[in-house]
Amino acid sequence: MGRTLRSAPALYTHAAVTGVDRVRVFKVLAPDEAKADRYDSCNVLVLKGSDDSPTLKEQMRATEGAAAVRIDDLRHPDVVRPGDVVRLRPGSTLVSVLYRRGSNANALFVTEQCNSLCLMCSQPPRNESDRWRLDELHALIDLVDVDEPQLGITGGEPTLLREDLAYLIDHARQRLPNTLLHTLTNGRLFSDAGLADMLCASAGDQAVWAVPIYADIAALHDEIVGGVGAFGETMSGLYELAKRRARVEIRIVLHALSIPRLPQLASYIYRRMPFVEHVAFMGLEPMGFAKMNRDRLWIDPADYQAPLCDAVHHLALRGMSVSIYNLPLCVLRSDLWPFARASISDWKNRDAPQCRTCSVRDACSGFFASAGPQWRSRAIAPITGSGSSKGEEVSRYGVA
Amino acid sequence: MVHIPGSVLITNDLGEYVIVPEAVHVALEEGRLAMSDPRYADIEARGLISRHGPTDGLSAIVKRTRKGFLTEGPSLHIFVVTLRCDHSCQYCQVSRAALNATGKDMTRANAMLALDRVFESDASTLTIEFQGGGPALRFDLVREIVQEAELRAEKEDRVVQFTMATTLHLLAQADLEFCRDHRMHLSTSLDGPEDIHASQRVLPKSNSWKSTIEALSRARAVLGEHGVAALPTITRAALSRPEDVVDAYVEAGFGSIFLRPLAPYGFARKTRASLGYSVDEFMTFYERALNYVLRLNEAGVRIEETTATIMLRHILTPFHSGYMDLRSPAGAGLGVLVYNYDGGVYPSDEARMAAETGDARFRLGDVSQPLDKMLSSDAMMWLAKGAIAERQNGCRDCAFVPYCGADPVHHAIVQGEPDVGREGTDFCGRHMAQFQLLFGRIAERDPDTMKTLLGWVFQRDRGDVGPGWVEH
Repeated sequence: MGRTLRSAPALYTHAAVTGVDRVRVFKVLAPDEAKADRYDSCNVLVLKGSDDSPTLKEQMRATEGAAAVRIDDLRHPDVVRPGDVVRLRPGSTLVSVLYRRGSNANALFVTEQCNSLCLMCSQPPRNESDRWRLDELHALIDLVDVDEPQLGITGGEPTLLREDLAYLIDHARQRLPNTLLHTLTNGRLFSDAGLADMLCASAGDQAVWAVPIYADIAALHDEIVGGVGAFGETMSGLYELAKRRARVEIRIVLHALSIPRLPQLASYIYRRMPFVEHVAFMGLEPMGFAKMNRDRLWIDPADYQAPLCDAVHHLALRGMSVSIYNLPLCVLRSDLWPFARASISDWKNRDAPQCRTCSVRDACSGFFASAGPQWRSRAIAPITGSGSSKGEEVSRYGVA
Repeated sequence: MVHIPGSVLITNDLGEYVIVPEAVHVALEEGRLAMSDPRYADIEARGLISRHGPTDGLSAIVKRTRKGFLTEGPSLHIFVVTLRCDHSCQYCQVSRAALNATGKDMTRANAMLALDRVFESDASTLTIEFQGGGPALRFDLVREIVQEAELRAEKEDRVVQFTMATTLHLLAQADLEFCRDHRMHLSTSLDGPEDIHASQRVLPKSNSWKSTIEALSRARAVLGEHGVAALPTITRAALSRPEDVVDAYVEAGFGSIFLRPLAPYGFARKTRASLGYSVDEFMTFYERALNYVLRLNEAGVRIEETTATIMLRHILTPFHSGYMDLRSPAGAGLGVLVYNYDGGVYPSDEARMAAETGDARFRLGDVSQPLDKMLSSDAMMWLAKGAIAERQNGCRDCAFVPYCGADPVHHAIVQGEPDVGREGTDFCGRHMAQFQLLFGRIAERDPDTMKTLLGWVFQRDRGDVGPGWVEH
C-alpha cells in the first residue's frame, strides 16, 4: 500500500532461472519477512541485494527446502517485488507475476472457456480444457497475503468449473477469511438450482457475484452476449442468487448497443432487482473482440453523457450504490464525478500526454494502455483547476 | 388498463406499468406495433408482453418485495388504555367516554396479557401504539407497559418501538421526558385553522386550538422539532378551505400532512349528514390541497402529503409502504391488532368502534387467548374472505389493484359482508380517483412536480432530485 500504482511495471520479465524441474509458483519475500515463516519455505524465494544495491540486477535464492532454485540477472528488476507471487517454468527464462502485493487487480484466472461470446469481450474465450490451472491456483491461494482486501475470480466463465470452482472458493475462504472474492460471471449457470446451492454455500457472504446485464429486453442482451436465451438464463440465475441471499453486483459495459436503452435498463434493475448491492457502469475496454467489433460498438463517451446521467441518477436517487469505471473524469459530466472510480487495473493504467497538466489526475481512472487514438474521446482534455467550471467541481467533490 | 387524459395506463400483477399514447395502445391491441418500436421494447421490458418465455423467478422476487409484510405476523399493536377523554369532538362519539366515567380503563392485568400477545407475533419490528380516549389520562399504565415491553424485548432480543396518539394537552413535563427517553413517537390532531379546529374538537372550558399549539411547543421543547406529527380530521367545514388547512400545518411547523377522509362510521347518522361528504366532494378538496402543497414545495416550503407518498411508493418502487390501511392481504388482523380497554381484541380501530355501536362480528377474542387462536378465530376467517384485493369482484381486473389494498372491516361495516364487490363503494371510488390523479401527474412528466413527488417517495431533499427523475 502507498506505492504509486499508476506506472506499475509489466507482469512478466526474463531472468536466468535455475533449479526448476516443473512449473512452480513461489512467494518472493525480503529476508526479514521470510524469517517470519508464514509460508511453506519450499515455496519462498528470498530477495537479496535489493537493500544494498537497489539499482543493480536482482538475485534471488531459495531458502533451505528449495535451495537449488535461483533467479539471477532479472532483466527488469522492478517487475518482481517482495510479497509478489511468481511462476517459473523449467527451461524458460520467463518470470511471470501471478500476484502482486498492493495491486488492486489481483485475480484468479480460472478458465479461458466461456458459454457466451460477447461482442466486446476483452478476453476472448478458447474452447479447450484448461483444468491444469486449478493446481496452480490452489498453490497461489496459499501464497496470497493474508490481509489482501480483495481477490478477483475471473475467466472465461468461472462457473463452468462447477464443483472445482466451489473447491477453489472454499480454499480461498479458509486461507483468506478477510478477503472479498469478487467473481465475474455471466450468471447463466446459476439458473441450475443445484449448482447455485453449491456455489452459494461455498461463497457465503465473502463473494460478490458480478453479473453483466446489457439490456432490459432479451433480444438486445442476447445479441450483445452472442447467445439466444442468455438473458432468460441470467435472469433465472440472478433469481437463484437472490433467493439464497447471495451478494450481487450488476455490471454494464457502455457501448453503442447498450447505450440506447441504458436509462430503461437502470429502471429495470431497480424494479426487478432491488436486491443488488452495487451497479457498475463500465467504459468499453478496447481489447480482444472489442477491437474487431469497433464499428458496431464505438460511441464517443462525450455522446452518451445524457443517458448515462439519467441511468446513474435514477439508481442513486433510489438508494442504490452506483459506480462508473474506466472513464476519465474529463469525459464525464461533472455531476457524475462523485460516482467515478479510479478503476482501471493498475497494470493497464497509462497517462496520456494531456494528463500531465491535469489537476485531477490522481482521482481519475486514466486510460487503457491499449487504447489507440480511434478509441479516444474527443472530450479528453486536462482539467486545470481554477477558471473552468469542472475545476470548481474538483473542490466541490473533493476529488483533487 | 385505464384511460388517463390522452394516454392509456397498462399494468400487470407485478405492479409494472406503462403509460402509452392512445394510438400506441390501439396499435398494440391490433398487433400492429412493430417490434422495432422502442415503445414495444418498453412494454416488453415491463413484462406486459412476453416474447421470450417467462422470467418467473424474478417475478417472484418482485412479489416477495412488494408483499414483504406477508412473511411476518402482526407488527402494529394498538393499546386502548382508556376510553375516557377530556375532548368531546363532533366526529368522535363512540370511541370516547366522559372524564369521570368508570369501567372504561384497561386493567393492568389485561395490559400484561396484551403484551403476551404482542410478543407472540414474529414480526421483526413490533410497534406498540397507545390510543384512547386520551391515553395521557392513563400515562401511569403507559409507562408500565413501555417498561415491561422493553424488558421483554431485551430478554428475547426483539425490536420494539412506541407511538402514542394524543392531544398532548394532558402530558406533563415528566411524561414528555419519558416519551423522549423511550423514543416514543407522538401523533396529535390538528384539524386546520383555529376556527375549524376549535369548533370541531370541543373542550368544555377552553379553546382546543390554542391548547394544542401551546402543548405542541412544550412537546417539541422536549422531543425535538420532529418529535411530533399531526393528522387532520377533514369534515365538511374544511372542504372549501384546503389551502387554509395546509397553511395551518405549515405555520405549526409540520413537515407532513396526511389528508384522509372522515370514516363513514363511528358517529350518529345525523352527525354524519352535517360533517360528511361524498367521494367527489372529498376529491375536489384533495386535488386542490395537493396542488397547493406542490406549489408550496416549488416555492421552497417543505411539506409532504402523506397519502400521495404512500400511493407513489406502491407505484414507483418495488416495495410496500408499510401502510396498514392500503395493503393486500389486508392489515386488519394480519398486520394490526387492537387491544381494547375491556380486554376484547379487534382487527382494527374501525372494528372496535363498530363493536361499541353493537356490531360484535369483529371480535377476534379475548386478550387472555393466545395469538394463534385469535388469528384462526371465526371472525378472522370471515374477514379473510375479503382480505385479498386481487380476489374481489371489481378489484380482480382493476389496473390499480397492485398498488391498492383491501379493507374487509370497512366493507363489512358499509356493505354488510367483507367480500362484496367493491365497485361503487367510497373505498373504491376514492382510491381509484387518487390513483388516477397521481398517474396523471406521472404521465405529464412535469419536472417541477416530479421532483417534489420523488423527493417524498425516496426521502430526499427536492433539490437533490436531479437528472434521472423520469420514469422509464
